[in-house]
Amino acid sequence: MRRSYLLGAGLAIAVAGMATSAMAQEIKIGEINSYSLLPAFTEPYRKGWQLAVEEINAGGGINGKKLVVISKDDGGKPADAQTAANELVSSENVAMLTGTFLSNIGLAVSDFANQKKVFFLAAEPLTDAITWAKGNRYTFRLRPSNYMQAAMLVEEAAKLPAKRWATIAPNYEYGQSAVSVFKKLMSEKRPDIVWVDEQWPPQGKIDAGPVVQAVAAANPEAILNVTFGADLVKLVREGNTRGLFKGRSVASFLTGEPEYLDPLKDETPEGWIVTGYPWYDIKTPDHDKFLKAYQAKFNDYPRLGSIVGYQTIKAAAAILTKANSTDPEKLIAAAEGLSMPSPFGEITFRKNDHQSTLGAYVGKTALKDGKGVMVDSVYRKGSDYLPSDAEIEKLRPKD
Amino acid sequence: MAFYFVQFLTGLASAASLFLVASGLSIIFGVTRIVNFAHGAFYMLGAYVAFTLTERFSGAVGFWGGIVLASLIVAVVGVIVEMVLLRRIYHAPELFQLLATFGLTLMVQDIVVLIWGPDDLLGRRAPGFKGAVDFFGQNIPSYDLFLIGLSPVVLGILWLLFQRTRWGVLVRAATQDRDMVAALGVNQKWLFTSVFALGVFLAALGGALQIPRDAVHHALDLRIIVDVFVVVVIGGLGSIIGAFVAAVLVSELNAFGILIFPKISIILVFLVMAVVLIVRPWGLFGKPEAAARRTPGLTVNPWRPLTSNERWLAISALAVAAMLPLLAGNYALTVGSEIAIFVIFAASLHFLMSVGGLASFGHAAYFGLGAYGVAFLAKAAGLPMIVSLLMGPLLGLLGAAIFGFFAVQLTGVYFAMLTLAFAQIVWSIAFQWVTVTGGDNGILGVWPEKWAAGPASFYWLSLGIAAIAVALLRVIVFSPFGFALRATRDSLLRSEAIGINGKRVQWTAFVIAGTVAGFAGALFAYLKGSVFPDSLGISLSVDALVMVLLGGVETVSGAVVGAIVFKALNIWLVSQTDLSKLVLGGFVVLIVVAFPKGIVGVLETIRNRRRSSSSKSSSPDSSLATSRIETAE
Repeated sequence: MRRSYLLGAGLAIAVAGMATSAMAQEIKIGEINSYSLLPAFTEPYRKGWQLAVEEINAGGGINGKKLVVISKDDGGKPADAQTAANELVSSENVAMLTGTFLSNIGLAVSDFANQKKVFFLAAEPLTDAITWAKGNRYTFRLRPSNYMQAAMLVEEAAKLPAKRWATIAPNYEYGQSAVSVFKKLMSEKRPDIVWVDEQWPPQGKIDAGPVVQAVAAANPEAILNVTFGADLVKLVREGNTRGLFKGRSVASFLTGEPEYLDPLKDETPEGWIVTGYPWYDIKTPDHDKFLKAYQAKFNDYPRLGSIVGYQTIKAAAAILTKANSTDPEKLIAAAEGLSMPSPFGEITFRKNDHQSTLGAYVGKTALKDGKGVMVDSVYRKGSDYLPSDAEIEKLRPKD
Repeated sequence: MAFYFVQFLTGLASAASLFLVASGLSIIFGVTRIVNFAHGAFYMLGAYVAFTLTERFSGAVGFWGGIVLASLIVAVVGVIVEMVLLRRIYHAPELFQLLATFGLTLMVQDIVVLIWGPDDLLGRRAPGFKGAVDFFGQNIPSYDLFLIGLSPVVLGILWLLFQRTRWGVLVRAATQDRDMVAALGVNQKWLFTSVFALGVFLAALGGALQIPRDAVHHALDLRIIVDVFVVVVIGGLGSIIGAFVAAVLVSELNAFGILIFPKISIILVFLVMAVVLIVRPWGLFGKPEAAARRTPGLTVNPWRPLTSNERWLAISALAVAAMLPLLAGNYALTVGSEIAIFVIFAASLHFLMSVGGLASFGHAAYFGLGAYGVAFLAKAAGLPMIVSLLMGPLLGLLGAAIFGFFAVQLTGVYFAMLTLAFAQIVWSIAFQWVTVTGGDNGILGVWPEKWAAGPASFYWLSLGIAAIAVALLRVIVFSPFGFALRATRDSLLRSEAIGINGKRVQWTAFVIAGTVAGFAGALFAYLKGSVFPDSLGISLSVDALVMVLLGGVETVSGAVVGAIVFKALNIWLVSQTDLSKLVLGGFVVLIVVAFPKGIVGVLETIRNRRRSSSSKSSSPDSSLATSRIETAE
C-alpha cells in the first residue's frame, strides 16, 4: 500500500509533463528563487522579470517564439532548489535555468547545471566562488559580485582619513568573504590601516546591543557593515541610541538598495558610504524607460530586485535570440562576450569568467522627509572593478 | 569598568526579552505537556498586531495601549487554537501536539506575509524611552532599562499568581501531577485553556515589546523559538525562576562571550544547554519527572510481525514500486529516490522514537554526518562510490555513539533537547569550519559514478537500500534486542528488575538509528551531488519528527507512510504554489484532527474494529475469525 502513493505521484507528474511539452512554439526558461523565504527581495524581483517577459513577447518574442518563464520556489534550501532545477529540466524541458538569491543555492544550482550540462544564468547570488573558485562553463552571473561591491566601496573608503577600522558582518559565507575582500583591498591601498575589532553576529539573529557595545569599546574611527535586512534595522537602532555612529565613518554593503534602506525610515543614519540603487535619482533614458514601464504596470516603485529580475530575463532573451537554438553549447557561445542594453547602461558578459559587467551605484545615505535616500550617487561600471585576465586565470578552474 | 557594567546591563536587557517569551512557554509546557512549537508564531503575531495598533493610535496611550491590546488579541487567538485544535488531541500520543503546533507555525508564516506584506516593518520607538542614559561616558538605551525593570515585575506577578491564588495552586498541582489533579475533580479543560491563554499572552507581549528595537518580519518566529526552548530547558521545565535565571545566564554569556570570541553567538545557547544537561539532567531548577503512571505497554495492541500474507503484500508493493522507471520520467524518478531516502531516515528515527521511546529532536545530525562522511571520502580521499557509500555512514555511527552515550542518560524532553544541542553543535562545526567543510557554501561535485548516475539506476539503488533498511529495522524490532528495547521503553524499572541493562540497550538503539540515518544521508549526498550544513539542521530534524508522527508513532511502519505522504506532498506543493507553507500547514493540522493517532494508527484502529465485529458475526472456522487484537502495521 505504501508504494501506491509513489506510483500515483509518479503518474500525475508524468501526465503533467506530457501536457506541457506539447507546445513547440514556445521557449521556456526555468526560474528558481527563494520566494517564500525572502519575499522582501524576491517579490520586486518577480515583478521585474514579469515586466521583461511582457516586453519581450510584445516585441515578437525570441525569434518569433513566445517566451515562457516557469518559476519555482526553493524555500531557501539548496536541496529543494536542486529538486526544482531537476523538475524544470527533466519535466518542463526548459532551455535554461535562471535565478537564485542565496549564495549556497546559487552554487548548488550551478553545480547541477555543470553536471547535467544545462545553461544557468545566476541572477543574484553574490559569492565570488560562483564565477571564480567554483566557476564552471555552464554558469553565468548577472549581479555585481562581492568582490566588485567591495572594490567600489574601498575606492571611497580609502579616501577617508580613518585609520582604525572595525567590521560587523553576518557570520556566514557572504559576510566572511565580504569582510576578507574589503580588508585585503583596503590594506593594499592604505597600509597604515589597523583593524581593531570584528563582530560576527549570526545571520538573522543579531543581539544588537552587546554587538554595538563591543564595537564601541574598541573605539574605531570607521566601521564596515555587511549586515542587511532585519539585522541592519536592529543594528542601526541600537547604534543610533547608543551613539555608535556619531563621529565615525561607516562603509556599508548594499545598504543603499531600497529593500534595505526603506525599512530604516527616519532612523536612517546619515553619511554612510553605501552601494545601492537610487531609482529616484537616475536620469538616463534607459532607466527612465524602465521606470515608467514598471510604475505603469505595478503602481509601485522598483527595488534593486526589480532591476535584477528584469535584466536577468532580458539577458536570457538576448542570449537565446543570438544563439537561435536551445543547445547549451550554442547558448554558451552566444553568451560569452555578448553585450546588451540594461537600465544601468550597456553590460557585457565577460568571456573569461562569465561575470556580467553590470555595476552599482555608490553614494551616501541621507535623510529626506523622514525617509532614507542615497545622495551624491555615481554609477560604477562593473568592468572597472574586476581583476585582470591573468588573475582570473589563476582564480578559475580549467573547464 | 563602566564598559563592563554597561555590557552587563545590555545582557540583562536581552535576557528580559528572552524571559518574557520563555516564561509563557514554560508555563504551557509545565501544565499541558504540550511542546508548543507555535510559541514563536504567537510571539511574531504579537509583534505584527502591535505594529498595526501602534501605527494606528499614536501617543503614549496609543503605544502602550496598543502593546497590551495586541497581546490580549493574540491571547484570544491562542484560546481559539486551544479550544478548537489542541483540546481534541490531549489524549493523543506524546508529542503529537507538536505536529499540530508545527502545522500552525507553517501557516502563520505565510499568513503574516499575506496580511502585512513582504517588507520588513519598522515600528515606533516607545514614547518616553527614545533616548539613552549616560553612564560614565557609556550610553544605555532607556528602553533597555525599562525592559530590565519589567522582567522582575513580570516574574513577581507570576509568582504571586502561582503562590497566592487558587488558580495558581491548581496550576502548580497540575504541573506536578496532572492525573491526580484530574482525579480530584478539577475541570482540566478550563485550567488548560487559561494556562494556554496566559502563556500566549506572555509570548505576544514579548513580541510586541520588541517593536521599538527590532524590525517586524515573517521570520521572527523561527529566530526565537529554538532559543526560548533552550532557555526553558536550561532553567528546568515548568520553573519560572529557572527560566529567568537561564535567560540571564545565556544572555550574559553571549554579551561577554562575543568580546573574546566574536563568532560564539551562533552556538552559545546550545553549548550552555549541553553542559547544563550533562551536569544537571533536569535543568538548573527542574525536578526529576515522576515516573509516568500509564500502564506498561505504550500501545493497547502489542506489535506482531507480518503474517505471511502481509509479507507477500509488502513484497509485491515493493515490486510495483520497482517498476516505476517503466512508467515515469526522470523527474518522477528523482523524486522517488528522494522519497525512498526519507523513508530510510524516518524509519531510523521511528526506531528510536517508537520502539525505544526516545524522541530525538536532533536526528538530522546523523543524516548530515553520513552525507559529510560520503563527501569527505569521495571528494577528499577520492574513494569509489560503493566504498564511500558504505563507509560514509560510519561518521554517523561515530557521532551517534559519542552523543548517544550522553543523551541516553536523560529522559523525555530533556533527552530530546540534548540531542538537539548536539545536532546544533555538529551543524555549527560544519558551518564554521570553512577550510574542511566549505562552510555554508558546502561541498560540491559529489555526483554518483556512471553505473548509478541514471535516474532509474539511482532510484533502484535508493529503493533497494530503503527496503533493506526498513526490513532490517523490523527484524530488530522483533528480535530479543527489540523486545528488551521495548521493555525499557514501557517500564525502565521493571525491565531493569529482570536484568536488562536499560542504558546500554538504549545506547545501542541510538547507535543503530544513527547509522541507518547515516545511510540515508549518504544516499542524499549522491542524489543532490552536494552537501550543505542544511542537512544537519533543525528543520530537517523537525521534518523527520513530523513524518514519524504523521504516520503514527504507535505503529511499526507508520514512519514509512508518513515519510512518503509528507515528502511527496511537500515536493509537490513547493513546486505548485508559493504558499506551500500555508497549504502544508493546513494539511498537517487537518491530519492531526482527522487522524489523531497518525495515518497508519487510525487505519489500524478502523481495521481492528472491523475485524473484531466480523469475528463476532462470522463462523468460528473463518480464517478472519482470529481472536487476536494485535496489529501488523
